[in-house]
Amino acid sequence: MKLGIGISAAIAVVAILTIAMLTMAGWDRPPIEAVQSGFRGVGLEQVFNPRDVRDQLDANEVPEPFWPLEDVDMTTPKAGEIYENVEVLGHLPDDQFNRLMSALTEWVVGDAAACDYCHDTANFADGSMYTYQVSRNMLKMTQYLNSEWAENHVYPTEGASGVTCYTCHRGQPVPPAIWFEDTRPATGIVGNFTGQNTPSEPAALSSLPFDPYTPFLEKDQDIRVHTLTALPSGNESTIQQTEYTYSLMMHMSTSLGVNCTYCHNSRAFYKWEQVPPQRASAWYGIRMVRDLNNDWLVPLQPLYPDNRLGPNGDAPKANCTTCHYNVYKPFFGENVTGPYPSLMQPGPTREANLRVE
Amino acid sequence: MAMLSFERKYRVRGGTLIGGDLFDFWVGPFYVGFFGVVSIFFTVLGTLLVIYGAALGDTWNIWKINIAPPDLSYGLALAPLEAGGLWQIITICAVGSFVGWMMREVEICRKLGIGYHVPIAFGVAIFAYVTLVVFRPLLMGAWGHGFPYGIFSHLDWVSNVGYQYLHFHYNPAHMLAITFFFTTTLALALHGSLILSAINPQKGESVRTPEYEDTFFRDFIGYSVGTVGIHRVGLILALLAGFWSAVCIIISGPFWTSSWTEWWTWWLDLPIWS
Repeated sequence: MKLGIGISAAIAVVAILTIAMLTMAGWDRPPIEAVQSGFRGVGLEQVFNPRDVRDQLDANEVPEPFWPLEDVDMTTPKAGEIYENVEVLGHLPDDQFNRLMSALTEWVVGDAAACDYCHDTANFADGSMYTYQVSRNMLKMTQYLNSEWAENHVYPTEGASGVTCYTCHRGQPVPPAIWFEDTRPATGIVGNFTGQNTPSEPAALSSLPFDPYTPFLEKDQDIRVHTLTALPSGNESTIQQTEYTYSLMMHMSTSLGVNCTYCHNSRAFYKWEQVPPQRASAWYGIRMVRDLNNDWLVPLQPLYPDNRLGPNGDAPKANCTTCHYNVYKPFFGENVTGPYPSLMQPGPTREANLRVE
Repeated sequence: MAMLSFERKYRVRGGTLIGGDLFDFWVGPFYVGFFGVVSIFFTVLGTLLVIYGAALGDTWNIWKINIAPPDLSYGLALAPLEAGGLWQIITICAVGSFVGWMMREVEICRKLGIGYHVPIAFGVAIFAYVTLVVFRPLLMGAWGHGFPYGIFSHLDWVSNVGYQYLHFHYNPAHMLAITFFFTTTLALALHGSLILSAINPQKGESVRTPEYEDTFFRDFIGYSVGTVGIHRVGLILALLAGFWSAVCIIISGPFWTSSWTEWWTWWLDLPIWS
């Protein structure tokens, strides 16, 4: 009798869990769409749910410019001549300057008329608000990205996306996808995660390390853990280092909405000869994000109020998702810089590239 | 080996499923049968096509010969022979040969008047293969999703398809399949060693009866499944290993397109802790 109750309870639990996994797991269904990138039969292919892709296309529309670039009156006096304290964009005609100011306010604050998010509207030249100072650095950073990283990652002139404020901000003052150091201190004798073994957001909810960003996207810890010979030959990488690399790769895959075979032939992950060319772009992408974090975003730390900082008091930083939003190219490769040539290169009055005020 | 006493009695022609008494005879110890010929026909044709495919390729290195399925762009259409068409015909030959072999087992079972356990068990293995090269490609809309026929190349396919879902070890059906594979070997090792311990005694010792085997397991884990039961356990474990293997691959792609790690959100979202 007791056994009967036990068995019934066990069956009930299994049934409930089965129903939960069938209904709550977010299954896909045919038809699916697949894109082949390698020789037939090798399994180098991307697999998509076309319904998800349609949703993503809707969510990644590029905002229309307020008026086309051709209609901008280039004969208006230079902004630097009209206004005071215009450091980055002073070389633009007033009409082009105002068009960009409205656009970037729309991009960053979600309302083109919200000048007061960064400016003291009684004195626009006053630069005392932190948002004003951060914005100025972000403008420089955008120009830096579209010029210095043009050929290796953001390709603003080759029919690919490029970067504007909207690429990361999407109408919100704090870009939705940013990261802070995640140290999670030990809580008692069984509460030490040692950096992993709990659902990891960066690593697609696996139990891999939950902060692959600090070692790889801020510091430059070695990502390569692969042994290149068939027999042991002195590779001293640990399992945990390997799992950190795996975690970073999971982040890259999910942030681009692709799988491992987008950049790797898994028969030899390290081999450049056997991989799709996207891996080169991703390799530069890691360096670019590291560059952004170290030279542009971390140095802004003193400017931010406490509520903009992470639990350890660190500045908000960027990773792949910050621009990509789970799409292989931001905005599916639609160009965003075309209507805003002033974001493509530093202005002539630019001072040191990496200056933070 | 000498013929068993009843073999003469059952080795009579007739009573086959199809083909009348066509090929209904034995060659030495082997029953041929209509389906035996079907199986041999497809085996020979398929093997010759593999050799032809190898001749079209650039290597005779046995490890590297590769008969690959068509590009995804062919969808569910036929492809030219040298661009995946061979793979398609070889797949038909493989299915024909496997099913023929299974049906030959059925004929033998019928002649002997025993159950169909063996052909059903083999059918599960065929089901797993057909899932890989027919059902899943059909569901995903292209024959190119099948695995290539080649020793190294099919391993490359396995590896890459696993990484298409980022971390295949999180695939729940894959977990079950692996568990059943390992449990099958555990059960077979326990069973084999137990039987040998009883019926293969040292010189001078006597063979022990099944009661000894049952008693060993009762002492050992408190329960013995019994002499017939252990074979049911073994069969079900082995078949579930193949069955869940088929499930783990058919859900990868047609019913799941992202990382298998993310499938487990249903667990994280259970109302118990969220």
